[in-house]
Amino acid sequence: MTSLSLKELNKLPVRLASGHRLCAGCAESIIAKQILMGTADPIAVSASTGCFEVSTTIFPYTSWNTPYIHTAFGNGAATCAGLETAYNALKKKGKIKEDIKFVNFAGDGATYDIGLQALSGAMERGHRMMYVCLNNEAYMNTGIQRSSATAMGASTTTSWAGTLQPGKKEFSKDMTEIMVAHNIPYVAQVSPHNWRDTVTKASKGFAADGPSFINAISPCPRGWRFPSDETINMARLAVETCVWPLYEVVDGKYALTAESARIADGKVEKKPVLDWLNSQGRFKHLLQDKWEPVVEAIQGEVDRRWERLIKLSDL
Amino acid sequence: MTHDIAINGDNAVALAWRQIDPDVCAAYPITPQTIIVEKFAEYVANGEVSTEFVCVESEHSALTLCTASASAGARTFTATASQGLAYMWEMLPITAAMRVPLIMAVANRAVSGPININNDHGDAMSARDCGWIQLFSENVQQAYDNSIIAPRIAEHPEVQLPCLVNLDGFILTHAIERMTMVETADVKQFVGEHKPLYPLLDVKHPLSHGNMDGPDFYYPHKYQSVLGMEKAMEVTEQVFKEFADLTGREYHLVDEYLCDDAEFVAIILGSSFGTMKETVDQLRAEGIKAGCAMPHLYRPWPEAALAKIMKGKKAVAVFDKHLSIGAYGPMFPEVVTAAVDLDAVPKMYNVIYGLGGADATVAGFKKAMEDINAGKAPKITYLGVKS
Repeated sequence: MTSLSLKELNKLPVRLASGHRLCAGCAESIIAKQILMGTADPIAVSASTGCFEVSTTIFPYTSWNTPYIHTAFGNGAATCAGLETAYNALKKKGKIKEDIKFVNFAGDGATYDIGLQALSGAMERGHRMMYVCLNNEAYMNTGIQRSSATAMGASTTTSWAGTLQPGKKEFSKDMTEIMVAHNIPYVAQVSPHNWRDTVTKASKGFAADGPSFINAISPCPRGWRFPSDETINMARLAVETCVWPLYEVVDGKYALTAESARIADGKVEKKPVLDWLNSQGRFKHLLQDKWEPVVEAIQGEVDRRWERLIKLSDL
Repeated sequence: MTHDIAINGDNAVALAWRQIDPDVCAAYPITPQTIIVEKFAEYVANGEVSTEFVCVESEHSALTLCTASASAGARTFTATASQGLAYMWEMLPITAAMRVPLIMAVANRAVSGPININNDHGDAMSARDCGWIQLFSENVQQAYDNSIIAPRIAEHPEVQLPCLVNLDGFILTHAIERMTMVETADVKQFVGEHKPLYPLLDVKHPLSHGNMDGPDFYYPHKYQSVLGMEKAMEVTEQVFKEFADLTGREYHLVDEYLCDDAEFVAIILGSSFGTMKETVDQLRAEGIKAGCAMPHLYRPWPEAALAKIMKGKKAVAVFDKHLSIGAYGPMFPEVVTAAVDLDAVPKMYNVIYGLGGADATVAGFKKAMEDINAGKAPKITYLGVKS
C-alpha cells in the first residue's frame, strides 16, 4: 500500500499527464490520478472506448507516461486480461523482471452495458487486474444517451423528459453488487471528492491477489447540467444523499467507509434525495408537481438500497 | 530426422503449436475448431508446453485478449471458425492495424444463416478485407506446415501483421491423413525466438498502443499496412524456400498442377485443390488439356503469379466456395483483375460450389470443366444446386 500523506503521494510518478482533452470540470482524470496513486509499482493501463480514451490518446499525442493500450469498446476487461496473461507468460520465462500492476478504465456504457460479458469473464477467470468504472451515468462521449447506469428520472438524449415521460423510466442497474456476486477479492465504490478513501481503496485493490472492481461516481458537467466548478461538490452530494454510498467488499465482507460510515452511525445526517435532484439540470423537470410520484419512487429506491447496505455491513 | 504419422487436421495444428510452444493462447470452442484447443489444453495440462492458456468467455474476448497479449510482447496463437470469426470481426481490423504478429487457425465453416456446421469459405472471406495475411491448406500436411510457416511471415520485422491459417472444416480438421512431421528441435529452430517490436510491457519505455487517428493519420497508417502486406509477399516466398530446404516440401505463392501446357485452368482454394487435380487427370485422359492452381497465399493477393499462370490460356474457371449474393464469388473479380493486363485475356468463368458442405465431387467438377471447355458454360455456374 502506498503512503497516504499528500507529500508522499506527490512523489509518485505522474502517470497521466495534464494537457489531455477532457472537458473542464470532468471528474475522470481526477479519479484516474487517485487510482494510479494506489501503487508505487509500474502500472500498465488499458482503456475501453469512451471519453477518457479519446481524450487522452489522440495520435500523435498521448497523455500516458505508463504503458497504455486501447482496442475497442466492449472488451476493456479482455484487453487488460491480455496484458496480464502476457505478463504471466513472460515473467515466468524471466523476460520481464518488474512487478507490474494492471488496470482498465471504462465508462459506464462500456461496463454496465456493452462490456458486461467481457468483464464478467475476466473476473471469473481471476486475472490479477483492476477494473475501474468511471461512472458518469450515461453515454457522454456520443452525446448523453441513457445507459443502464443512468438514474431514474434523468433526461438524456434517448430518454427525454417529455410531456409523457419523466426522463429515464428505470432505476440504474446495481453493477457493484453484480461484481460482488463474482466473489472476487475486492469490490468498492468511490467518489473523487474523498481522495483519501479512493487512494486507500485503490491500494487495497492493487494489493488483492486476484481481480478487483472499483465503481467511481464521475460527475459530468455537460451531461448532468451543472457548472464545471461544482464537480467535487456534486460528487460529495452523491455520497451525502446516499445516492452513491462509499463502501467496500473485501473477500465478501461488506463495510461502509468515510462519510457513508458516519451517516450509517448517525454522526452525520443523511440528506434528502431532492437536494441531489435540485442540483442538476438533468433532473430539473422532476420539480413539476406531476412528477412528484417519481421523486418519491427515487427516494424510496435510494432508501431501500441504503438500508440493505447497512444490513449487509452489519453482518 | 522426420517421420510419418496418421493425424487429423486439427490435431496437426495443435501438434505444430506444441512444437512451437507459444507464450499465450486464448480460445473459445466452436465446431469444427474444437479439437485444436482440446488437444492443446491437454498439452497444457500435462506440462508439454509452457503456454499461458486462457479459456475466455467468447471469441470477441479471445481475439481481444490475444491482441493485447501480442501487443505486450508475447508470441500468441488462437483458433476459431465460422460464427466465432464473425463474432471476432470487430477486432479483426484492429488487430491488423495494431501490427501484431498474431497467428489464428480457422477451421473453415459456413457462416449462418441458416446455421450450418459444414465447410465452405464464408468465414475466411469475411476476413478478407481486414488486413490479415491468409494462408490456405490443401491437406493435413499443409495445415501443419502452414502453422509452422505462419509465424515466420507474420513476425518478420518489416511485415508485423497477423496471419490466418485456413484449413477446411471436417474435410481436413476431422479427416485422418498420413503426414510427415518435422522434428521439434527443427521446428523451434525454424520458427526462432520471438523478438517483439515495441512490446508494451517494456515499462522503462512506456508506449501507447491503439490511439485514435484523425484523417491525417488514419489513411497513412492504412498505407503503412499496405507496405507491410507487400513485404509479406516477398517474405512468404523466402520462408517457403527455407521450409523446402528443411523439409523438401515446396510451396509457392500459387501452387500449380499441370498448368504449363494447359489450354485452360481452374483456380481453386483449399482441400478442393486435390479434388481438382484428380479432375484434371481425368480430363487429360480424355484429351482435354486442363490444369489447376491454388493461391497458397491468399492475402496478400499473388496477382503477378496468377497472371503468369493465366498467360496464353483460352479460359480460366474460378471456383469459389463462397458467394457475394447479387455479385460473384469473392475470388472471381480478383482473378479477372489479375488477367486484364495480359495481351490476350482468357475467357473468364465463375463456378460457385460446395456452399454449406454441399458435395464437391470430381464428377461435378468434371462436368463444369467440360462445359467451360466446350464454351457452353454461363459466366457464373451454381454447381450442383437444386433449385
